[in-house]
Amino acid sequence: MRNEELGIRNADDFEFIAGRDLNVDLNFASQGYWKGVAVHFCRNKLAVAGVIIVAVIMLFAILAPIVSTYGYQEIVAVNVDGKQIVAKSLEPQFAGEAQNLFADKTFLFGTDDMGRDLWTRTWFGARVSLLIAFVAIFIDMIIGMSYGLISGYFGGHVDNIMQRFIEIAGSIPTLVIISILAIFMDKGIGLVIAALLVTEWIGMSKISRAECLKLKEREYVLASRTLGAGSFHIIFKQILPNTIGPIITQVMFSIPVAIFTEAFLSFVGVGIVLPQCSIGSLIEAGFNNITVLPYQILPPICVLALLMLGFNLIGDGFREALAPKIENM
Amino acid sequence: MTKYVAKRIFMSVLTLFVIIFVLFVLIRIMPGNPFPVERMSAEMILQKRAELGLDKPILIQFVDYMSMLLQGSFGNGTSLYNGAPIKPILLACLENSFKIGVLSILFGTTVGLLLGITAALNRGKFLDGLCTVFSILGVCIPSYVFMIFLQYFFSYKIPFFPYFFDPSRFLFSSIMPSLSLSLFTVATVARFTRNEMIEVMNSDYVKLAEAKGLYGFELMRKHVLRNALIPVVTVIAPLVVDLLTGAMVMEKIYGVNGVGKLMVDAISGDGIDYNYVLALGIVFSSLYIGIMLVLDILYGIIDPRIRLTAKETA
Repeated sequence: MRNEELGIRNADDFEFIAGRDLNVDLNFASQGYWKGVAVHFCRNKLAVAGVIIVAVIMLFAILAPIVSTYGYQEIVAVNVDGKQIVAKSLEPQFAGEAQNLFADKTFLFGTDDMGRDLWTRTWFGARVSLLIAFVAIFIDMIIGMSYGLISGYFGGHVDNIMQRFIEIAGSIPTLVIISILAIFMDKGIGLVIAALLVTEWIGMSKISRAECLKLKEREYVLASRTLGAGSFHIIFKQILPNTIGPIITQVMFSIPVAIFTEAFLSFVGVGIVLPQCSIGSLIEAGFNNITVLPYQILPPICVLALLMLGFNLIGDGFREALAPKIENM
Repeated sequence: MTKYVAKRIFMSVLTLFVIIFVLFVLIRIMPGNPFPVERMSAEMILQKRAELGLDKPILIQFVDYMSMLLQGSFGNGTSLYNGAPIKPILLACLENSFKIGVLSILFGTTVGLLLGITAALNRGKFLDGLCTVFSILGVCIPSYVFMIFLQYFFSYKIPFFPYFFDPSRFLFSSIMPSLSLSLFTVATVARFTRNEMIEVMNSDYVKLAEAKGLYGFELMRKHVLRNALIPVVTVIAPLVVDLLTGAMVMEKIYGVNGVGKLMVDAISGDGIDYNYVLALGIVFSSLYIGIMLVLDILYGIIDPRIRLTAKETA
């Protein structure tokens, strides 16, 4: 009696309505964040094309060297009509009749000036390039993200010092960094990865810092802090998951940069060393013979261009899917 | 404005100083030997080290180096490896690289701007589509792929342009190198200009200007271009810097005797030449920081809003 007068209700006043038809708005049904992103992404034809390009190349890069009859550094000898394989060897002095063969059924992309199968070498090179890019960018992501989040979250003096450091580190030209690294390290995969590690994390840290500055004023962070959560918990458990979107976009744009950097370094002669191969070293080898044997440079150049195109399209798709403009909806 | 410029210059000089210091220390504490060991005995190396002052403490060496640098020479001025003088070689290489670089920046930004403006004015029509396709290709396909193809088709298949760069026929033989170097700039500037132009053309103040009766060239010049070009200046800065990297490949492909080639030689030869690496590092860093500084100040001149905020924070 008293309670009803005061407007306080108890459980009996409520009705359980589960199982009944509710009027849910189906035209504008609510969606999870990632589902929405996925839907937007798939609607973008260019982005889907990018995914297909990259997926096909990755498939070939993984499978082709395994399935292929020749090893990537195996020198092949054929008999005089160029049809029958008579011997294979890893020795550089080994000479067969298989140098500089044009593409045919036995050698899909032809052979190079040592008599190695270019089909196998191209896909093996793509594998090396992709591996370098993924490893380097993954580590960059972790370093850059932590740096940016810590700098943005603590603010004040910490932020100031950390940002001055970035300013100075960022104004050293990549070439100078590479030349210093080249003095300390041997040429090869390690040098390329190190060069990418030193240069690419800065972009990531700037983005995650900007995101962190936006997010750290939000109520849920305040609530977390009020409940006694430590800084570490707030940064990595509360803020980090919400910055993942822009970071993924940045990663997608960094991967082609990494692939290009590798190709560039190998081309100028401080990257991958023979008989190892990568996209860049194959282009370099092809370039040396371009006037006589132009077919040798085509496969690696096409793979490089398609990879760059594919990852850029995916990156564009992600950017639009994460922040859809009204006109595209 | 003066305060802003002064502050930027101070920061740039400080950054450069820190970079030189780090470079110097890194190169000096490096393991290994800067001399061609197989041709020198241990005593000769010791003597040479004393001669070059390499046995002194690093900080004192640094002060010596800096004072010589400020007088315009790079340390003792010779290559540690073969004793060749650095400065004249460096200057000759810089001249070649600089000329081609300037040509390609001029070409790239002019063509890029024109393409972007044309595309924006013909939005949705054929020209716009063409420009979009071109800029996507230009951004995605690495510039050296373009270079190789240009060289193959226009210097080899159709032997119209010289295959290699030739300083004695500077203008003619630098067409191909600077053209191929600028393709990325063209693509980026065109895409950026187009998007900015379209955004400005849809803004309220341009609509108001149109409603007042302004049209055509006057409207474009006074209201659209001025506002659309401000962000374009920001993309030009990193592009100019990217040219340094692009130049390295370009110099290899076209056989130009430039700083990029010098750098590659210094680090990829059999013996790494410490003095060359240091000198080139200083040149590259000063170029980079100098370009950033100039463009930052230029940005402040074009856009008064930046001057205002800079004043408030300064």
